[in-house]
Amino acid sequence: MSFLEVEPGAAGESLLLTTDTSQPFDDEQMSSSLEEIKRDGKPKETDESNNENISNVNNYDENSSPVQTDNEENELIQDKKWALMDKHIFVLSLAGKPIYSRFGNEDKLAWLFGVMQTLVSFIQSNEDDLLSISAAGVNFVFAIKKPLILVAVSRKQESVPQLQSQLNYIYNQIASILTTSKLIKIYEQRQNYDLRRLLSGVERLINHLLDFCESEPAFLLKAVQCLSLSSSVRGNISSAIISSCSKIKNIVFAILLANNKLITLVRMKKYSLHPSDLHLIFNLVQATESFKTGESWAPICLPRFDSSGFLYGYVSYLAEDCQACLLLLTVEREVFHTLAEAKQRIVEKLRRNNCLEAINDSLAKPDLSCVSSGFIEVRHYLYKAKSTAQFYQPSVSPPYNKYPQVLSNMYKRLHQRLHCPARPLKLFFERRATEAIFAWDTVGFELYIIFEPLVETSNVVAIITRLLNWMKEREDNLFHLHVPTF
Amino acid sequence: MKTVVGKVVVLGHQGVGKTSTCLRYVENSFNQQISPTIGASFFSSKIKAMDRIVKLQIWDTAGQERFKAMAPMFYRNANAAILMFDITSEASFESMKGWISELKRNVEESMVLCVLGNKIDLVDRRVVLRDEALGYSKTIGAQYFEISAKTDQGIVLVFEYIAMELVKMSRNGSPTSLKTYNSTDMDSIMASSSELEPTDIGNEEVVNISINSIAHGDTVPFRCC
Repeated sequence: MSFLEVEPGAAGESLLLTTDTSQPFDDEQMSSSLEEIKRDGKPKETDESNNENISNVNNYDENSSPVQTDNEENELIQDKKWALMDKHIFVLSLAGKPIYSRFGNEDKLAWLFGVMQTLVSFIQSNEDDLLSISAAGVNFVFAIKKPLILVAVSRKQESVPQLQSQLNYIYNQIASILTTSKLIKIYEQRQNYDLRRLLSGVERLINHLLDFCESEPAFLLKAVQCLSLSSSVRGNISSAIISSCSKIKNIVFAILLANNKLITLVRMKKYSLHPSDLHLIFNLVQATESFKTGESWAPICLPRFDSSGFLYGYVSYLAEDCQACLLLLTVEREVFHTLAEAKQRIVEKLRRNNCLEAINDSLAKPDLSCVSSGFIEVRHYLYKAKSTAQFYQPSVSPPYNKYPQVLSNMYKRLHQRLHCPARPLKLFFERRATEAIFAWDTVGFELYIIFEPLVETSNVVAIITRLLNWMKEREDNLFHLHVPTF
Repeated sequence: MKTVVGKVVVLGHQGVGKTSTCLRYVENSFNQQISPTIGASFFSSKIKAMDRIVKLQIWDTAGQERFKAMAPMFYRNANAAILMFDITSEASFESMKGWISELKRNVEESMVLCVLGNKIDLVDRRVVLRDEALGYSKTIGAQYFEISAKTDQGIVLVFEYIAMELVKMSRNGSPTSLKTYNSTDMDSIMASSSELEPTDIGNEEVVNISINSIAHGDTVPFRCC
């Protein structure tokens, strides 16, 4: 087939670590890069930052954890509602202590956490692991990630691997707040520690992450969408960042994002960023309104990059008149003011080159819909370039703009058909009363298309060829194909 | 006119209103649903006190326990500390005492200390008595203020007090960390710090610092539990 040669968004070198979506994240090793950077930068530096708060664990007082009690009368009504929720997520310690429940109060659900812990440890006593239970249309998925147990109970159309991947994200979110080394230390010192003390305020990040996982195709595809910008503008932005930070040591990543899309990512030559880490950053920025109020200095652990320690992040929106968020991540603890000055320089350069304007223009103008780009038979599609871990989707148009859930359920199903471990498909086409759906997994890309139901089968191949060529012509705009480094 | 640059750190339990107070002062805005601070946020503002311009570099820290290890980064070399509690929460008052002892242990240079009881708009839920807080503040050599970030009560006074004290400090042989510049250097100081527009206040207002002049709500009897 001739169109196999067309691979929009492909590049020899990738900005992001590339991923195979059929592999769960946890199969891949977490790396530990922080030490290396610190050693390279400053041989004398001691590693106090990662360990200093661990010694405090024993002092924490467990009794003062906030417990809210609802009125007795409301309880029954809430129980019914609670039981009927589409999807529950629970996090508990190996000892069965409640840590997080998506709905309801963990303390009231203590009995339930006990059941979950018993199930897990019963299977473990036979030297086996409990992965999932399916019953009456409900999937119970377990992830045992020492020292935590994560459980998903879902009635939604999500496959077990997809739920596992979501549990992984939640574990990574918790690791991103505390670091895994601290998590492990805490439970080594006290098995029945109440982790909620250290995670206060993190529920909102986890809640947001779950909503995000369900609605954003980025999580399904394990890829990132870029803001459409001409390659010269994107190049100017990257070089403004590089030149403004050139004299500052040990900046590992500089990330500029807006509206859940990546504008640019500049990295240390040696290190690349995994899309799942970038997703956590997107989630953090999206869920933290307070970043908008000023400049912040935040410890951030990127679990796939190095789960044992923190990077320090200078976080600031570019300007009042440009709502793009800049993150400068470094291994140095005390360089806030240096980075704040660098940000000033970046903003000045961007303003001079009219880049702020270009970003605003792109933000104001949504991506083209399928119809307006000349594909009247196509309602929506997702395209992932595997070699760069980036994806593109057109703007969502009728009939799905009012029912985004319908669209994302279809994509989840298609994704599952291509990546089902038992029988993965390469090509899938199905005509239904309401739409015709298509999915294709090649060496270079994954493509998922929702067609009008009456599209001619013979036409489909021609349309796909045209679509790939259309993206190929615009690949410089739709994808971030260069790899800027410090 | 000479300029004094002082570093101010805001400490206190989670949810007592540290960010809200800073935002009320710097931007004169209030958001009931503000998300918890992550790490710390930086604000700067300019205020006139006596014959000096005082530039405040304000570090608004996160109150959650997991960020406690970061705090020394912000209170080290600070010239003033704002210790905040919520008058409707005994736990936040106790936590504030913990911050005081941490500061006393770790900071050697002299520092302007302010204790702030926030949320006086919620007087009917008050559990920390004004006299109790005032008495405690005296014992540690701090000035006590009662404020409300929501209704904008008393906040400007706090920062004016800090500015005045910093000017006094800089006159009586300032500590090394408190820097004084001539006005000609002012532009470079401003440029090198933050893009935030400094809030210019205090020019026409009468600075009146006395505990009696501070807005405070009616006190209610202490309720046990």
